[in-house]
Amino acid sequence: MQNALLEMRAITKVYPNGVVANKAVHFSLCEGEIHAIAGENGAGKSTLMKIMFGMEEPSDGEIYIRGEKVKLQSAQDAIDRGIGMVHQHFMLVPSFTVAENMVLGMEPRRGLGFNEAEAIRMTEETARKYNLTVNPKAKVEDLTVGMKQKVEILKALLRGAKILILDEPTAVLTPQETEELFRELKQLKEQGHTIVFISHKLKEVKAICDRITIMRGGRTEGVFQTADVTEQEISRLMVGRDVVLKYDKDSPSFGEPMLTVQGLSVNDPQGKALLSDLSFTVRAGQIVGIAGVEGNGQTQLIEALTGGLKGVSSNGVVTVKGADIRDSDLLEIRNLGVSYIPEDRMRQGSAGDASIADNLISTRYRSKDMNKGIFLKGSKISSLTASLVEEFKVRCSGTAQPIGMLSGGNMQKVVVARECSTSPELLIAEQPTRGVDIGAAQFIHQKLLELRAAQCAILLVSADLNEILEISDSLLVMYEGQIVAYFENPAAVSEEELGLYMLGIQRQDEQDIRRAVNHV
Amino acid sequence: MFKVKYFEVIRTSAVIVIALAIAFLIISLVSDQPVTTIGIFLLEPLSTKGHIGNVIEMAIPLMFTGLSVSLLFRANMFNLGAEGIFYFSGVVASVLAIHLTLNGWMHPLVAIAGGSIVGALLSAIPGILKAKWNANELVTSLMFNNILFGVGLYLLNYHLRDAKAFANVSFKFQETAHLSKIVPGTRIHTGLIIVLVLIVVAHLFLYKTKWGYELRMTGANREFARYSGIKTAKVIILVHLIAGFMAGMGGSVEVLGMYNRFQWSSLPGYGLDGALVAMLAKNNPLAVIASALFLAYIRIGADLMARLSDVPSEMISIIQAVIILLISAEQFLKFWKNRMLLKEAKEA
Repeated sequence: MQNALLEMRAITKVYPNGVVANKAVHFSLCEGEIHAIAGENGAGKSTLMKIMFGMEEPSDGEIYIRGEKVKLQSAQDAIDRGIGMVHQHFMLVPSFTVAENMVLGMEPRRGLGFNEAEAIRMTEETARKYNLTVNPKAKVEDLTVGMKQKVEILKALLRGAKILILDEPTAVLTPQETEELFRELKQLKEQGHTIVFISHKLKEVKAICDRITIMRGGRTEGVFQTADVTEQEISRLMVGRDVVLKYDKDSPSFGEPMLTVQGLSVNDPQGKALLSDLSFTVRAGQIVGIAGVEGNGQTQLIEALTGGLKGVSSNGVVTVKGADIRDSDLLEIRNLGVSYIPEDRMRQGSAGDASIADNLISTRYRSKDMNKGIFLKGSKISSLTASLVEEFKVRCSGTAQPIGMLSGGNMQKVVVARECSTSPELLIAEQPTRGVDIGAAQFIHQKLLELRAAQCAILLVSADLNEILEISDSLLVMYEGQIVAYFENPAAVSEEELGLYMLGIQRQDEQDIRRAVNHV
Repeated sequence: MFKVKYFEVIRTSAVIVIALAIAFLIISLVSDQPVTTIGIFLLEPLSTKGHIGNVIEMAIPLMFTGLSVSLLFRANMFNLGAEGIFYFSGVVASVLAIHLTLNGWMHPLVAIAGGSIVGALLSAIPGILKAKWNANELVTSLMFNNILFGVGLYLLNYHLRDAKAFANVSFKFQETAHLSKIVPGTRIHTGLIIVLVLIVVAHLFLYKTKWGYELRMTGANREFARYSGIKTAKVIILVHLIAGFMAGMGGSVEVLGMYNRFQWSSLPGYGLDGALVAMLAKNNPLAVIASALFLAYIRIGADLMARLSDVPSEMISIIQAVIILLISAEQFLKFWKNRMLLKEAKEA
């Protein structure tokens, strides 16, 4: 490896909360390659990238660029040395135009003012040079996710990036958009750029990368020529065991309808339709999946089902076990036997500074058997939480440990443990395995299937197509606040076919969609 | 794990040591006899029964307000209204102490209850504004301090003022209204027992009841609390009621325990000191005892130093400023923590 462009030696990173994200990690990047960093979530990929991009300082270890030792103390340092990063969550100003976002921080001037014409010219020039088409005058908030990503890539290129770091770039893309991204990346490689591609999707890694560095538990597990290793080998190195992607599902036995949505329409205060005329049923023992590109009404639907209908202009009827929940708040809905795994475990699903035990009892501390007189039963709480931690295999030093110190996967297990252990009759699961490693995701899937076997009705909203196709008994596709497709046997649907519906290119006729009400 | 676990304790101690070191440095620059002066500052408060009594007397109001502010901070409410409530409840208790005629133990009880309840109700106003309309509790509570001070001073000047006294003070309290002294030779009064009981109750409330749990979860992450089905608006109003009750009780106990007449013509400052006590105690009720005693100790030390040496007592403000600055500076000693973490990670 005589021509290592960038080398990281023995990088160790310990976060102030005690989480060890990287342990003596080695990474070396050759000029002109596409290099994948693969690993489960919590394996330390993102941390390593943040160190490479100057956003985090390593606690220990050294970085060399072209053999010269460097200290990257800020993103600006990294940019100055020709490193660019495309973040998983885009760093763009939504209300600005593409051109304005492109030149942010390095604005061309005319006198005292901003030279818009020059900004547009710079944008167009860069776009032409790299053959990435964007409309410089479009507002970023109006762009599709794929377009936003393009803007991010161009932004880095405009700043002279020779090394491009892409953090899970395909997580938010449809299959079609992913293919386009890959074409673009290959083009960039031909023009002499070096690309670091972070992903845990092995197919993609195989499809596009030259070499692969595999990480597990904060350590590097090995570096390979992608052509030399199979997907199975990679996944074994990532997880430490062979991943079983199929689940043994019992044949379904559906019971009474638990959740019924009839003609639900919700408008925002400006009168714009967020949800229009949704109708479907979830029966006991049934998992109904909702697929769709993010931002097509899934969030609003979940809100409507979890107490968000109060004081909102809406039409239609939503009932849980026959009870109308229009005027109910979340607590009243929970009291009907509903559990809810929220999309964002940091913001909603947990209180980071509070202990694991406190986080586990947040939905049941009121119950009679938890209280004795005015006091909570301390011993009952410790035995319950200890057994939950055990059952859900949460890796922690004890139930008194603050939940914020756990890795994403373990934190999510705590959330799932809390929601699944109250014997719910209806579970609303929103992205239950997002940002969670394969091991934890499998575990969570297993738990969902156990609940299904116990005749719990489950509404599963997920952007992970693999998950939703594999787990669901029937599947709805949402596009722009409407249901555009209904499938009875999701396992038989291909990801490509689903993509067409998700992008709004195809749409089933009314009759097919109506079947979602009765599942006939 | 040992070292990291105790990092906060070590950090707080380090802050105190640094603050004291700076104080010594200043003393040695200002004083002609620095060693003697430092000796007075450190040892004099503990030298006689009377001086120890002074420390404890001063710690009583600090414990009340420190406890009050701790609960607010725990709920993530940055409310500094204890100051105005402490003052105004003192006025209310004084009115009851002057105008009511009751037998022995009933009188202070009624006066303190009156002051506490008024404190709770006043405190609820910023609480309701926060819970219902998300009005910033820091702004409203600080404005309330001014309003309560103004109204209290008006009551003192126009309704309570004793024309026969040669100062701006109220009529004398009825003899029956005074809190009794419990340690001969000092002015330590039954307020000490009241506040210690209150602290234990607050501890049990916070960690052992479901309401305390709701309070802690609301403070840790309001969004999470709401998602879990906790009515956070109620919790916020409740914590304001409780905190106001405690601060009000503190003001009432202080006037009845330490004075014959109501005589504060400016805000006494215990409410804002309460914020310092709460910070030092890490918003932990039981730790409020130690942190209030510490603050009272350096205050009395500075007082005695001013009397017995050539250094003015204002020097204490510097110590306090350094403490607040370093405690609230998140980065302070972080490099050291990171190094310990790295070491532990490598050993693991």
